[in-house]
Amino acid sequence: MTIAIVDYGMGNLHSVAKACERLGFDTIVTNDPSIILGAKGVILPGVGAFGDAMQHLQESGLATTVKEVAQSGKPLLGICLGMQLLFDRSEEHGIHHGLGILPGHVVRFEGGSYKVPHMGWNHLTYTQSTSPLFEGLTEGHVYFVHSYHVLPDRKEDLLAVTDYEQPVTAIVGAGHVYGMQFHPEKSGELGMSLLRNFLTIAEGKN
Amino acid sequence: MLTKRIIPCLDVKDGRVVKGVNFVNLRDAGDPVELAALYDREGADELVFLDISASNEGRATMIEVVRQTAGEISIPFTVGGGISHVDDMKRILRAGADKIGINTAAVLNPSLIQEGALKFGSQCIVVAVDAKFNEAWGEWEVYTHGGRKPTGIRALAWVKEAESRGAGEILLTSMDADGTKDGFDLPLTRAVSSLVHIPVIASGGAGRQEHFYDVFTEGLADAALAATIFHYKEIAVPDLKLDLKHRGVEIR
Repeated sequence: MTIAIVDYGMGNLHSVAKACERLGFDTIVTNDPSIILGAKGVILPGVGAFGDAMQHLQESGLATTVKEVAQSGKPLLGICLGMQLLFDRSEEHGIHHGLGILPGHVVRFEGGSYKVPHMGWNHLTYTQSTSPLFEGLTEGHVYFVHSYHVLPDRKEDLLAVTDYEQPVTAIVGAGHVYGMQFHPEKSGELGMSLLRNFLTIAEGKN
Repeated sequence: MLTKRIIPCLDVKDGRVVKGVNFVNLRDAGDPVELAALYDREGADELVFLDISASNEGRATMIEVVRQTAGEISIPFTVGGGISHVDDMKRILRAGADKIGINTAAVLNPSLIQEGALKFGSQCIVVAVDAKFNEAWGEWEVYTHGGRKPTGIRALAWVKEAESRGAGEILLTSMDADGTKDGFDLPLTRAVSSLVHIPVIASGGAGRQEHFYDVFTEGLADAALAATIFHYKEIAVPDLKLDLKHRGVEIR
């Protein structure tokens, strides 16, 4: 039983897989629904455009698989675009429907007086410090690269925020579904620790 | 608030780090992967690899360096040097790099910026600009081919164009300041940073810790890059970051 990293033809999966391996967890990069559904935990990565990503997920049938993962209570982590895809819809280049696993939508940074994308290291503030994701961790900086951000409908789904001219959703969680807007695999020690905590949660579950 | 980034730059030729590396605590100071891992541990915010290999074999070796580095470090890194096609970009990104730096090829074929941005996202495309003050114009001129060829192109107009074509970041090297250790080119950095709405990495001229403070405050840079002073331990990354923090700069 391993951690499945969903390969739906978007972005660089190598870094996420390598990061998990460095932490001592077995991973498999796959687009096979049976492997994904049989894994202990599932990571949905993603770099690129929301619409393209959803199209890939729909056409490959993996959208259904990921929804099943969420429904089964198996730990699921969406990273960056992968987190945004968990929500209802995005307004990136038109309105696109997401996976609808978590309620909320994705909007663009307005910009103007500040730079877009939000790119670089920013400080995480834990809004629900009792989450198992933060076990043993203090707040610190992680690496963000994104032009769109998530507005979750439910306040209780918000686990951590960062500040970029406005409070920005950084980590979400509901049950065993988690999302990180930043790249934990590119976020130094804190990022690796957050990833380790997710993987530990996954290992503890079946 | 976003922090200011400190970026060591590694010049790599045929898979080996060149340009003054003086680390006693590394088994192999010429190994880019080991050096990258060390900078990651020391708290560097990002890394840039500049491939100066002249041969195809050297370039192929670079892909392997990228692959190994991606497996070792947990900070983002950019790879530049000799990239002139979207296929080159794809190979390097697939090997695990986060961003691609393009310089001469972007000047010769500006649509490369769009192609890259459309295919991989703007956040992947770093346009590197080598600029030198042109007395006759009273402003900066873009140079290509490693700073050897003047182009007749105005640097401020070029960075604006690069941004509008989809560049995600500008890596700005002042040829006037480079190698002087007298500090970054503050007027140039400030002019570019005020003009574009994408992050600007200042490069060239770092000699002392206060130069970084100056380029982040007066120069309005989002990030600062240096090579030799880090490699030779003239400035240690942890000391530099602590110093900047004490001066009130937002630092990781």
